[in-house]
Amino acid sequence: MARTIFKRPQALTDKPFSYCPGCTHGIIHRLVAQAIDELGLREKTVGVCPVGCAVFAYDFFNVDMIQAAHGRAPAVATGVKRVLPDRFVFTYQGDGDLAAIGTAEIVHAASRGERISTIFVNNAVFGMTGGQMAPTTILGQKTTTTPFGRNKETAGYPLRMAELLSTVEGAVYVARVSVHNPGNVLRAKRAIKTAFEVQQRGLGFSLVEVLSTCPTNWGLSPVEALAWLEKNMLPVYPLGEFKKPAEFSEGGETAC
Amino acid sequence: MSRVLMKGNEAFGEGAIRAGCRHFFGYPITPQSELPHFLARRLPEIGGVYLQAESEVAAINMVYGAAAAGARVLTSSSGPGISLMQEGISYMAGAELPCVIVNVMRGGPGLGNIAPSQGDYFQATRGGGHGDYRMSVLAPATVQEIIEMMQEAFDLADRYRNPVMVVGDGILGQMMEPVEMEEGTLPSPPPKPWATVGLGGRTQPNIINSLYIVPEVNEERNWALAAKYDTMKVAEQRWEEYRLEDAETVLVAFGTVARIAKAVVDRARKAGIAAGLIRPITLWPFPEKAFLRAGRAERFLVVEMNLGQMVEDVRLTVNGGFPIHFYGRPGGTVPTVREVFAELQKVMEVSAGGQNHF
Repeated sequence: MARTIFKRPQALTDKPFSYCPGCTHGIIHRLVAQAIDELGLREKTVGVCPVGCAVFAYDFFNVDMIQAAHGRAPAVATGVKRVLPDRFVFTYQGDGDLAAIGTAEIVHAASRGERISTIFVNNAVFGMTGGQMAPTTILGQKTTTTPFGRNKETAGYPLRMAELLSTVEGAVYVARVSVHNPGNVLRAKRAIKTAFEVQQRGLGFSLVEVLSTCPTNWGLSPVEALAWLEKNMLPVYPLGEFKKPAEFSEGGETAC
Repeated sequence: MSRVLMKGNEAFGEGAIRAGCRHFFGYPITPQSELPHFLARRLPEIGGVYLQAESEVAAINMVYGAAAAGARVLTSSSGPGISLMQEGISYMAGAELPCVIVNVMRGGPGLGNIAPSQGDYFQATRGGGHGDYRMSVLAPATVQEIIEMMQEAFDLADRYRNPVMVVGDGILGQMMEPVEMEEGTLPSPPPKPWATVGLGGRTQPNIINSLYIVPEVNEERNWALAAKYDTMKVAEQRWEEYRLEDAETVLVAFGTVARIAKAVVDRARKAGIAAGLIRPITLWPFPEKAFLRAGRAERFLVVEMNLGQMVEDVRLTVNGGFPIHFYGRPGGTVPTVREVFAELQKVMEVSAGGQNHF
């Protein structure tokens, strides 16, 4: 007798993803949707999507969604959560959105301990606007606005948001994961689920930084992009759980 | 009915609470600070939410989220802060989200000062933020009117799913006046089936969005918004007339300055001058209808605490039909009855001299 062992999560619509081939937004969307399904949150979820490549997330997540201005998703999510404290509220933001124009909003949402969860997709580049340098662009990386490679003398250093936010008292769960191979995809899934459970238990702000690819703007094939991520991004952006509530550590299971 | 002495800034807050608003997000700035002070104490008492944001940019986006979640929500600021909020106001107009924004205006441009001004008229009535949009702008002139007008502001916001701005100035915000408040039950805002509150059994997700990437689709969207703004233009003009029936010289002033202008009209009448006043209560839509009713008007004198902003709307309305004079004090200075009356006399002399004003 046939048994379904794998299907599209309910928290995703039927619409095919519009992301470039080899971009890992699709994988991350699925992980978020699976976590929503498995925790039974779909009926009470309000998602906030960013400006940039993931702006169309409202077409893909099969939940109530709000499109926010560049960088402002944490403030928008704060407004929703303060009006509807029993709902599940998440933001989905890229590195241009969260680590550049929205730095103030994410730091202060974390500092207030807003009961929201943020999925922070870091591909070390501005995607939709044409491959410009992001705060997360690594030293030496070529972008359209660092054509000779990012130079620390003129363009400064990459910003490590997970490390930075883990020093903020109101942030109770902060992890960095990657989706460049199946093992890491599974670890990413566990971290996202933990972040969502942290919100469900009312413990405070939670964030999962997900290292992601941008084959188009990196000028690489999808497979090369995964290898580039592993070789170049992992040394700058180490994976791990930077902060975790005690009650989640007791079970002995670590997400990363 | 109770009668209490209340500060203008507090009246904005009390009026909002009476209109059913239970959520405030803001960032401190003079001269509106008593408003957040008042709400920081009052809202938690009645089960509401007061939240001090990290910036005006964040505050207006919290308002955006709260409005998307279906709440009646308020923010307040003064010129420099309102400038920072323009991004969010444009997004709210684009996403058709209702909210009320109080601007207690101060002298500008730049940091300017904290003295009363009407220098933000253009910013309020011309959109201020990017794109083609309009927003109702209400201008109370007394503390009593503030209380009543906040209800009106929230109703307009919900009726048209659009931000509404209520403008005062440093004088109106800081002055204390007796107000009469009716006892009564809270108004119930209209149902908001479009709000993003979680599916809760709905099959189709609600989406709050202002992105329409295909030009033709975005144009269609803009035309639909224009139709809404046109309806507002016809249906939502508010103004006060004072001794207008037989007025030959009509003063035009709003907010605090209208109170000064009213005293000027009285003084002129005593001196045998047939003066009257049109006080726009809605700055947008501009109360064009009031000018149709000024049947005996021969000239208009617009008085503002700025370099001449509303005077442009008067010119557009009168459209060359009559001479338009302007008297203004910018930068946080306030005209006196004496100097406006002197200006009125000057205007009369110019008219008597038969000069062409067109």
